[in-house]
Amino acid sequence: MAVAEIELARTPKRRGYWAGVLHRVSGDPVAMVCFVVLMALILSAIFASWLPLQDPYKASMIARLKPIGTEGHLLGTDEQGRDMLARLIYGGRLTLLIGLMPVVVAFFIGSALGIVAGYAGGRTNTIIMRTVDVFFAFPSVLLAIAISGALGAGIVNSLVSLSIVFIPPITRVAESVTSGVRSADYIEAARASGGNALTVMRVHVIGNVLGPIFVYASSLTSVCMILAAGLSFLGVGVKPPEPEWGLMLNTLRSAIYMNPWVAALPGLMIFITSLCLNLLSDGLRSAMNVKD
Amino acid sequence: MTALLEFDRLNVTFKGERTVYAINDLSLKLEQGEMLVLLGESGSGKSVTLKTLLRLLPPARTQISGGIKVNGTDIMTLSGRSLQDYRGGDVSMVFQEPALALDPVYRIGDQISEAVRRKKRVSREEARNVALDMLRRVRIPSPERRMMNFPHELSGGMRQRVMIALALACRPRLLLADEPTTALDATVQIQILLLLRELQKEFGMGVIFVTHDIGVAVEISDRIAVMYAGQIIEEGSTHEVINDAHHPYTRGLLAANLHDVERGERLEAIPGVPPSLEEKPKACSFAPRCPNAMPECRDKLPPVIEIGARRRVACFLAQQAVAAE
Amino acid sequence: MSQHTAPDQTETLPDTLPDIGGPAQPLVVCRDLKKHFPIHGGILGRQVATVHAVDGVSFEVRKGETLGVVGESGCGKSTTARLLIGLIAPDEGKIIFDGQQLGEEMSLRELRRGIQMVFQDSYASLNPRLTVEDSIAFGPRINGLDDPRGRAREMMNRVGLEPARFAGRYPHEMSGGQRQRVNIARALAMSPRLVVLDEAVSALDKSVEAQVLNLLNDLRRDLGLTYVFISHDLNVVRYISDRVLVMYLGEVVEVGPVDEVYAAQAHPYTASLFAAMPSMDPDHRTTVPPLSGDPPNPIDPPTGCRFHTRCRYAEDVCASAKPLLRPFGDSTEHCAACHIHDPESGHSLAGSGFLPKGTPQ
Repeated sequence: MAVAEIELARTPKRRGYWAGVLHRVSGDPVAMVCFVVLMALILSAIFASWLPLQDPYKASMIARLKPIGTEGHLLGTDEQGRDMLARLIYGGRLTLLIGLMPVVVAFFIGSALGIVAGYAGGRTNTIIMRTVDVFFAFPSVLLAIAISGALGAGIVNSLVSLSIVFIPPITRVAESVTSGVRSADYIEAARASGGNALTVMRVHVIGNVLGPIFVYASSLTSVCMILAAGLSFLGVGVKPPEPEWGLMLNTLRSAIYMNPWVAALPGLMIFITSLCLNLLSDGLRSAMNVKD
Repeated sequence: MTALLEFDRLNVTFKGERTVYAINDLSLKLEQGEMLVLLGESGSGKSVTLKTLLRLLPPARTQISGGIKVNGTDIMTLSGRSLQDYRGGDVSMVFQEPALALDPVYRIGDQISEAVRRKKRVSREEARNVALDMLRRVRIPSPERRMMNFPHELSGGMRQRVMIALALACRPRLLLADEPTTALDATVQIQILLLLRELQKEFGMGVIFVTHDIGVAVEISDRIAVMYAGQIIEEGSTHEVINDAHHPYTRGLLAANLHDVERGERLEAIPGVPPSLEEKPKACSFAPRCPNAMPECRDKLPPVIEIGARRRVACFLAQQAVAAE
Repeated sequence: MSQHTAPDQTETLPDTLPDIGGPAQPLVVCRDLKKHFPIHGGILGRQVATVHAVDGVSFEVRKGETLGVVGESGCGKSTTARLLIGLIAPDEGKIIFDGQQLGEEMSLRELRRGIQMVFQDSYASLNPRLTVEDSIAFGPRINGLDDPRGRAREMMNRVGLEPARFAGRYPHEMSGGQRQRVNIARALAMSPRLVVLDEAVSALDKSVEAQVLNLLNDLRRDLGLTYVFISHDLNVVRYISDRVLVMYLGEVVEVGPVDEVYAAQAHPYTASLFAAMPSMDPDHRTTVPPLSGDPPNPIDPPTGCRFHTRCRYAEDVCASAKPLLRPFGDSTEHCAACHIHDPESGHSLAGSGFLPKGTPQ
């Protein structure tokens, strides 16, 4: 064609979409600090057995409720004289597992339901979304307690009940994001090119909706950790003597007047982890916004 | 008499992930009661000029230098109370999308009378009468009934009339109009243009009307200033700019209007796209697209040539033409 | 930038559907198309009103021509476009593509190979997560055409985007004009015979619009394409079209060769639409608005002639009887639906050869 295209002083960065997101996140100091803290927590939990820690189950009648900084017990001891540092790090295993797993499971199931509902619209949408609405009638804490109570205490049952609790909100978000994308011109253009529903969903819908759903889901992990801690606290989650932050918070609550700093440690861990998760997902959200 | 508005070497720079030199050395004078069109394409800085004038740009991310005087007052020094009185009092604005600029949860009568009450401190009853009078002046049929309507109950043209009534309710000296007819249908657009022309005469206010559409500019303006890459490249009376354009960009825009092109004939298109303004222009910004570009156009900023009373062009070609005479 | 082929030597894109009916057969015939959208409201979600988006529209698109479609918002031009490319199904009426009726001799899938569309919003009509090349190759790929990638690059060349520089770009890295070229390339990659351009240049800056119009003219000539060009800009329509179709509230009010319609408008609405064009002459500006008020809502449109509520020539007959499209004057091609041009209608000006004026005198 005879039209001259003059390109003016704008050299776009040649990067894939996700590479661009990574690049932008890595330039965000807050998100990076949170990422490092979370990685440290996760890695130390995974490799706890290899770390020079005391036995988290070994109780001692004489060394109960030692304050922070005691010789041999850097973070003191709990009400049974077990080393707090070891219990906090080992406790990270269970806490992070039941904080993350349900969200991952709910992310897959909820996204699938929401995308189908949002793309199909009409009757399919009504059936899926009204079913989901039923779950919204209960506060999430109560729902989790009710399901856990019905299934009985235990880690697996907590995981199942928490997963069920998080499917509805993720479905909701997935549905609304998808119905927004479905009305976009490029979906019409794809349909006009002869694409059937499955192809259009695979090529054009999923890539555009997974990002926002993922960000929303990642912000749920902190809620999930707090809920899981609550379940343990109420005795329908993890059973003693397993170390888990929520349970530890529960058992240490009687020591709050004797040694408040030690008693607050598990709560502090929950707080730091959920704060980091939230800030990291905020960073992801702004990094995923391509239009500047 | 002091000029209604005077920009003196205005520069606006946006800082952020990317630096954008949105307005570069813009000087402009508007006399009382004049209707000036700022004509330019997207990214030429015409909307930024209006926002700067209303002090609407986020101060943290914007660097503004140069003087802006409205009725002799330097508006960059205004703050707090006096800034509020200035916005909506001395100067008000009509937006492109009345659907977004009107508050959807208030009846239009209440919106206008609220604005009047805030600015003029009059009684509720008086404010209502002003609102009713304004709706009448913008030719809204059965205004008493319309006072009770919500914005979404009106058609696009009616909403824009309400927006104009709201903007004029406090009798501003200067009205800013940001593409107010772009979203409207052709038969409605001409109604709004004629209405604005009448109201401007009636109220004797100055108007800056921003548009990308030459046809609209011709219909409404006394004077036209053509913007490109954050600068005014040509200014003059409507008659002068339309019938005797000097800058190659203005000529290109006139040709691109297709007003008198033979059907199917190859168009003299301006090639390329406008610059992204990530650097401060050091040479003529239009040179890379200009059919008449000379080596010096790419070297230094073009001079602003006064080729008549209040008529100027920023172009080396005009300099040559003047020198030849 | 590239060499031109001689104007009369048209080539065909690979895998273009074959020409069946010959040059005399219209490429598309639409007969009495109707599309109504229900509006649900109330607690029970019952149907409370109907939008008469397209109401009995008939027209034909001839092979190799550009048909311009003009009208204001709510006139049904975009709905007509969507019916034409099969994005929505008509409630009533037929679409006949090169002699083959959609739904009988021709499937929707085949129709989409024959007709493609370019949308107004160049950004919204491209998937922000796909590279330009992937967006263009999508259609050929899912339709099983061979070498989708090569086809995409070939099309990019044709629309003036160097594949080496642009293939890997994302939509947000391009200008509006470049994106609209991508949209054109995507439509052409399906080797269509008809391209529907729905306000395809309206959102572009004037200087860029001219470039894209030149491109569209080149492509039509080189590839023997047929266009349906929808726009609200009468200057652009006059420049690019051979014939023009004027719509008002879901109906066709006037159709004819562009020069004839621009010289003399038969329908009062068309006349007003033309009078509403900015004059481009500072010495002869418009002084009286040609029409007052906004176009009415296509929900529950007026009876009889739909324009009678705004028409300055309206009489009783206009509110009661619907005028039909009939030839205007001596022309066989130029038709209008107005009682003034029907000697038997009973309108006081009927049969007098009266030509409606755009503005009140």
